[in-house]
Amino acid sequence: MKTIKTSIGRRSFIKRSTLAGGGIMLSFNWLASCDMSPSQVKALPKEWFKINGFLKIGENGLVTVMSPNPEIGQNVKTSMPMLVAEELDVDWNDVIVEQAPLNTSVFKRQLAGGSQSIRQGWNSLRMAGATARAMLVQAAAQTWGVDASEITTSNGQLIHRASGSKSGFGPMASLAAEMEVPEEVQLKDISDFKIIGSSRKNVDGTKIVTGQPLYGLDYSTDNMLIAMLVHPPAFGMQLKSIDESDAANMPGIKKVFTMKTHLEDYSLGAFDNDAFNEVAVVVGDSTWEVMKAKEALKVEWEMSPAKKEELNMFGRTRTIETPAGLESSEDHRLVFEKMANKKGKVVRKDGTPEIMFSKAAKIIERTYTCPFLAHNTMEPMNFYADVTSERANLAGPIQTPEFMEGSISKRLGMDKEKIDIQMTRMGGGFGRRLYGHFMTEAAVISKEMGQPVKLIYSREDDMTQGTYRPAYQAIYRAALDKDDKLIAFHVKTGGIPESPLAANRFPAGAIDHYLAEEWEEKTNITVGAFRAPRSNFIAGAEQSFLDEVAEAMGKDPIDFRLELLKKAEDNPVGENNDYEASRYAGVVKLVKEKSNWSGADSDIHRGTAAYYCHNSYVANVLDLEMQNGNPVVKKVYCAIDCGIVVNPDAAVNLAEGGVVDGIGHAMYSALTFKDGAPEQSNFDKYRLIRHSEAPKEIEVHFVDNQIDPTGLGEPPFPPIMGAMANAIYKATGVRRYNQPFITDKPLAG
Amino acid sequence: MAQFELNVNGKTHELNVDPSTPILWVLRDHLKLVGTKYGCGIAQCGACTVHLNGVAVRSCQLPVSSVGNNQLTTIEGLSEKGDHPVQQAWLEHDVPQCGYCQSGQIMSASALLEANTNPSDEEIESAMNGNICRCGTYTRIKAAIKTAANS
Repeated sequence: MKTIKTSIGRRSFIKRSTLAGGGIMLSFNWLASCDMSPSQVKALPKEWFKINGFLKIGENGLVTVMSPNPEIGQNVKTSMPMLVAEELDVDWNDVIVEQAPLNTSVFKRQLAGGSQSIRQGWNSLRMAGATARAMLVQAAAQTWGVDASEITTSNGQLIHRASGSKSGFGPMASLAAEMEVPEEVQLKDISDFKIIGSSRKNVDGTKIVTGQPLYGLDYSTDNMLIAMLVHPPAFGMQLKSIDESDAANMPGIKKVFTMKTHLEDYSLGAFDNDAFNEVAVVVGDSTWEVMKAKEALKVEWEMSPAKKEELNMFGRTRTIETPAGLESSEDHRLVFEKMANKKGKVVRKDGTPEIMFSKAAKIIERTYTCPFLAHNTMEPMNFYADVTSERANLAGPIQTPEFMEGSISKRLGMDKEKIDIQMTRMGGGFGRRLYGHFMTEAAVISKEMGQPVKLIYSREDDMTQGTYRPAYQAIYRAALDKDDKLIAFHVKTGGIPESPLAANRFPAGAIDHYLAEEWEEKTNITVGAFRAPRSNFIAGAEQSFLDEVAEAMGKDPIDFRLELLKKAEDNPVGENNDYEASRYAGVVKLVKEKSNWSGADSDIHRGTAAYYCHNSYVANVLDLEMQNGNPVVKKVYCAIDCGIVVNPDAAVNLAEGGVVDGIGHAMYSALTFKDGAPEQSNFDKYRLIRHSEAPKEIEVHFVDNQIDPTGLGEPPFPPIMGAMANAIYKATGVRRYNQPFITDKPLAG
Repeated sequence: MAQFELNVNGKTHELNVDPSTPILWVLRDHLKLVGTKYGCGIAQCGACTVHLNGVAVRSCQLPVSSVGNNQLTTIEGLSEKGDHPVQQAWLEHDVPQCGYCQSGQIMSASALLEANTNPSDEEIESAMNGNICRCGTYTRIKAAIKTAANS
């Protein structure tokens, strides 16, 4: 058992919310989920007792657990409350989950990003449950006149064996809420877990399959208007003027105007990325009327000048230079060509790689590229805002509510205390909703209108003014001696506008003579984090290259990786290696075993890959079959080490999704540019993976260990790209160096 | 603007809207039936799938003026208590991740099973190819459709 200090406040949270007439529970917000799940047999209680900020208990033993973090499909709305419920020791069937509002003084890190929700909530959420449990035990001890240490709990019951006393949590909840918060609490042994490690269904499942309102786009209030934006048609352009006469007179249109998301004196923060600061706004009664008026709006655009901005990266200032001009993918391809012949900035060097390359009997050099990508969450960007001189109420899909509260506070000149942000379930995030300019826009529009508005991006708006995955290039070189032994390794990566290099990750640490360089080239195309930033390209490139090196060395690709990892484990090169070689090797061995690596049928072409990112390890084997000349993914084996798995079936689902997403983007997706304008603006031209292209079967295995949980949202996404490329090579004899593999040309759509 | 009488989920609604308004926005903005989702507006993603006389159609490309007396069914009207076999299979397989596309997936799947009670893998893929799931739940969707077919 583990004892930890509590850090949970209580006095300010004690509130009793009593049932309003007619059985409707007082709820925190519109999103509060008071519905019973079908398996729940208890009726809603008459009274709730708030034990702490994370949970309240009804007199009949029903428990409401607040889910602190934004839900983007990674299942935290189920898995985070599971951590609370485990330590509370309640029956999961007696738990109702509510989405917490933004309140970081209670809920701490309320952010969806970096695959960190479970990892960083692991102790604090269990502590919240354990604290409440301890207070229930104290209440029972006082009631029964016995020592608290003699009381045990199980499935929502308090038990004192010696006296035979027994009570549900409900009858003790009132008194428990008055108990002192213990200074320290004991957490369960892993072997005593009843909820963590057993699969629990998505708490929003019933609402999703019956079409109930859940998402930002579904949010509405009385008197709400619909707003849409018109942004410049190309990066490198800005708004000059609008002629609103036609649009403003169309049916249902309330107002047409221009707005600036950020004012000139504002220092942009880390998540304030915004493609176009000044846009035209059309506001009206209904979406279709606004869409029609948008088309009728006449706008003049002009070239935007080069800019130099100070970016406030959490207190650290970074200067961002944005060039002028209209960029095309062909320009970007030429940048790649130019930089291929230049030296980069050396980021890591072990041994004497230059000398070893000069001595090499054979040098393998390969160049890999990938294009810009749009996130394309199925729910386009949107947000609700109701701004008055007194208050700002916002609701919608956002991965970074805390950060955006600060931005909006500055933009409106309003104290944060007067700003309320409700987090809706999100129709996908993938990093796009880290950048909440659409929230600021909605707030500014509502203020202008003096009325609540819901800002909606059309699919075209969403795709053509994103914060895209950057375009990357990686050039790998391997030096082999006359015995085909690997003697030196060189990677040079770059991108527009950032490099994808992770210089201290594998195979760094496994090779005596190693050189890593990088370069960057400026652009005026806005970029941002995209599921597994940088890893989402470099994993596939690196793992394809290692496959080719193994082949040149006459080695099995899995054996080759394991040899390198053994060296990194037993005798690591350098000191800053950013991975644990033994855990890395663990997933490679597991996937080898589960896939029966050497025993595939002759018509199956197998590719393998492994990668480490976001604190977790993933290895794949991908089985490809050629059908009528087309590659068909028959099966994918996925081995994952992410520590303790909280909700196994949901974790499998997330891993399956990562595999499908990775294959899809590597094979099919690209955003290309012509004179500053994205050449794809909707799903007719922007290709996303579809049903028939998905693997026919995906088998996911987790390493069974007792390590505290690490990330899972991102890690299954990057390596499968390499496994796909390697399997295609086995099937066709042709290596794929450029994403999307379907075209295999640098920066082609 | 024009007057329309629309039959949705067995109920008649009277509306005064622009005749070109897609059923998608009539459902979402005017009838507050928001289970039908906006994804692309050009019939490429399937998030807005509804049934017109039992056949799956993309409501973003269906002007209100073209519906007449035909029967529209949305995800909210697929079953009274959320117990349609496809909905139940979706819960059994815990299909959704973000969940946004799933009402469209369910409407396409239920129309498929109405027309073909025991579809093959290829028939499922073909019928479902117009519905994008950005989270990549395709293998679960297929498994859920097979479960629903067998129930």
